Amino acid sequence: MTSLPDRTATDKSLGLVIDLDTCVGCHACVISCKEWNTSNYGAPLADLDPYGAEPLGTFLNRIHTFETAQPGKPAQVVHFPKSCLHCEDAPCVTVCPTGASYKRQDDGIVLVNESDCIGCGLCAWACPYGAREMDGAEKVMKKCTLCVDRIYNENIPEVDRIPSCVRTCPAGARHFGDLSDPDSSVFKLVEARGGFDLMPEQGTKPVNKYLPPRPKTDTSDGPDVLGPLLAEGTEGAGGFLGWLDRALDRI
Amino acid sequence: MHPAPSLIVFTTLSGLGFGLMAFLGIDPPAKGGWVMAVFAALALALAGAGLVASLWHLGHPERAWKALSQWRSSWLSREGVLAMATMAVFGLHAALIVLAGTQVALLGWLAALLAVATVVATGMIYAQLRAIPRWHSPLTPLLFVLYALAGGALLAGQVTVGGWLLLALGAAQLAGWHLGDGALAASGTTAETATGLGHLGRVRLLESPHTGRNYLLDEMVFRVGRKHAAKLRLIAFALAVALPAAIALLTEPHHLLGGVLVLSHVAGTVVARWLFYAQAEHVVGLYYGARARA
Ligand code: SF4
Ligand code: SF4
Ligand code: SF4
Repeated sequence: MTSLPDRTATDKSLGLVIDLDTCVGCHACVISCKEWNTSNYGAPLADLDPYGAEPLGTFLNRIHTFETAQPGKPAQVVHFPKSCLHCEDAPCVTVCPTGASYKRQDDGIVLVNESDCIGCGLCAWACPYGAREMDGAEKVMKKCTLCVDRIYNENIPEVDRIPSCVRTCPAGARHFGDLSDPDSSVFKLVEARGGFDLMPEQGTKPVNKYLPPRPKTDTSDGPDVLGPLLAEGTEGAGGFLGWLDRALDRI
Repeated sequence: MHPAPSLIVFTTLSGLGFGLMAFLGIDPPAKGGWVMAVFAALALALAGAGLVASLWHLGHPERAWKALSQWRSSWLSREGVLAMATMAVFGLHAALIVLAGTQVALLGWLAALLAVATVVATGMIYAQLRAIPRWHSPLTPLLFVLYALAGGALLAGQVTVGGWLLLALGAAQLAGWHLGDGALAASGTTAETATGLGHLGRVRLLESPHTGRNYLLDEMVFRVGRKHAAKLRLIAFALAVALPAAIALLTEPHHLLGGVLVLSHVAGTVVARWLFYAQAEHVVGLYYGARARA
């Protein structure tokens, strides 16, 4: 159980592609993930002391915001959603002493069987990405299920048979599909946009991919609308600006 | 990492217990009988108390037996299986000596081997974790074994052997601290590889995903002041290694001094173990601005 499936026999590698160029950091996916997963697969997601001084909750998806800066260039802000990457070489699975953590043979989804989990927390230590959280109320390990209870669910309309976060994202920054299939839209997206792995040096071989933000163009060369109006000298300005300049001078 | 008292107590006590079993397995007290009974009970009690402490750490201790199932792949599972096997084999070895007065050398050696293997498995639980570069080193299981054997030798009254083991332990501990301090930098994992944004320049956390605490921060992003850490290392080294080694190798300790020697070593081991957890940085901290470069 806790051994990883034979990779060549894994039929599919279902996962997410997250576009860091499009994500606006609205946290809609965080909320929809929490809502779906607190009322479906496994134990609900705890919210301890929600209105108190020290709220502490379980989330399967969280959004960080980073700033990058190169010398002499404007800073660039990148919103960065992070959930389980359903790694091919998932260290969280092999460390589990009970077999509660496992990677599915048929679609590669990494799941926790909560009734076998003893809450030792070792799998969360093993995950370099912080994708696993021990539930404060249930004392079992929680993680992204890739919405396994939606994607195969024939009781919901077909359009909804994708992960809740993907369905919700208003910017279209999250994509879902089979990353082992060269004909899939996610595979092509990763090819076209240069999708990359997080912490490749950790050897986890994540299935989820991230698409890089396009570098910000240097704004100093861009069109400057207000500048001429604010400039000290306005001599020689023609057209509308020249007229405005002369009119203002007359007042 | 958060230095959980349950884990510090567990690794310290069970290490001492299994270390003592190793020495009692190979070289049981010559007086046999009651002396062996007392020593054996002490070893089993230490290991047992440690295992009980480890249960406090679990969210669902009532399911702990399930942890014996995955020995093929999981070091934590192996540790559990080996601990049980060691206690059973050692118990038989001790019972034969105490009750029947016969020493089966092979059984004793098997108990010793299993005891060491158990401690190696404990060390490997930590050493296997690449996400915690300070622990991801062959020195980790080596240190666990040396702490266990040195402590076991002192408890068994094998003072000279214990003294030499303490010197080996001291050297390994200094090496471990030295290499550990550079482990995260040497791992190649940075905020840039964590986010894949390195090509855009230096990466800095602008906003955390939430305003309060979370499990990850509580569990993995424990910080200990560098000044305190240096002092604690000095205390750990003095108590666990320097003082007991000096007593063991330079004097001929009687009961009182022997007691001081053991207590000092155990106290130092607890401090060293606290540092082992507290100073270990998990790479997830990089997503939370830990180690942000000025
Ligand atoms: S992201 Fe973490 S929890 Fe998910 S499969 Fe990879 S190692 Fe396991
Ligand atoms: S917390 Fe649960 S799922 Fe994780 S390693 Fe322990 S038993 Fe396995
Ligand atoms: S796939 Fe489902 S469980 Fe995973 S982050 Fe998205 S909404 Fe949450």
